[in-house]
Amino acid sequence: MPPETSDALIIPIREQQDVLTARQKARTIASGLGLGIADQTRLATAISELTRNAILYAGGGECQLWDQSDDNTFRIRVEVRDQGPGIDDIALAMRDGYSTSGGLGAGLSGAKRLMDDFEIETSSAGTRVIVTLERSRQESFYI
Amino acid sequence: MRIPILRLGDILLTSIQVDLIDEDILQFQHDVLTMIKNRDAQGVVIDITSMEVVDSFMARVINDTANMARLLGAEVVVCGIQPSVALTLVEMGRGLIGVTSTFNLEQGLREIERRLAARLLRPVTDGDSNAT
Ligand SMILES: Nc1ncnc2c1ncn2[C@@H]1O[C@H](COP(=O)(O)OP(=O)(O)O)[C@@H](O)[C@H]1O
Ligand SMILES: [Mg+2]
Repeated sequence: MPPETSDALIIPIREQQDVLTARQKARTIASGLGLGIADQTRLATAISELTRNAILYAGGGECQLWDQSDDNTFRIRVEVRDQGPGIDDIALAMRDGYSTSGGLGAGLSGAKRLMDDFEIETSSAGTRVIVTLERSRQESFYI
Repeated sequence: MRIPILRLGDILLTSIQVDLIDEDILQFQHDVLTMIKNRDAQGVVIDITSMEVVDSFMARVINDTANMARLLGAEVVVCGIQPSVALTLVEMGRGLIGVTSTFNLEQGLREIERRLAARLLRPVTDGDSNAT
């Protein structure tokens, strides 16, 4: 795990409005770094999926955002955690179309595809998902 | 916040202008379907130009609204999806949005009108004995 180059921004996730707050804050960080609209949208959408899951399946949680960019790389790390019941079968939950709530079952799998790194830890004490968006500073053009 | 729905003849025009919480979009779905059921409309154009994020929940509500509207006999078109939103939806997984979409509102309206006109022209000889 890269060193933490700045303090985390912590957003409590209790109600739906917090989902909007979390993704807006992330978008602000991304645009501040000069990342393009497509990356801002990927990040905001992944956060929307993960924080929504925290509310829906765990009654709420917390979203932490870090700007961990260094000399070579823009890097935004997001951690969404909750103290809900956890996920019984991660492989199943990651599968496209699998949902226990009549959803599209595209949240976890979609967030994984949108981000450059995806880690998930879950137990009966809760769930923690960490995703990272990473872009080289050398690339001069971002969509 | 309630999403305003305008009526233009028998077509409903709606523009989703802000970041919505789930209750708002579900209220919107209810409003649209009620107007269709009450025979106030045969077509719906949903303009999502201002939506910066369409996640899988929003995609599902849009799809469900379109499917239910269709069952009630109305046509639905989504218009103005941002390129970055379309890109994100494609990257997330196949076919998250299963509704016809057009570039802008004008094309959306034209597409609905075309479909409503096509209904009137449907041939009677196609085994569809009820159509007159
Ligand atoms: N934070 C969580 N706590 C407990 N279960 C979860 C959590 N996140 C996801 N899940 C489980 O994983 C399944 C798949 O999640 P997801 O891919 O977001 O699809 P959806 O939310 O549409 O069901 C959910 O239906 C749920 O059973
Ligand atoms: Mg989900």
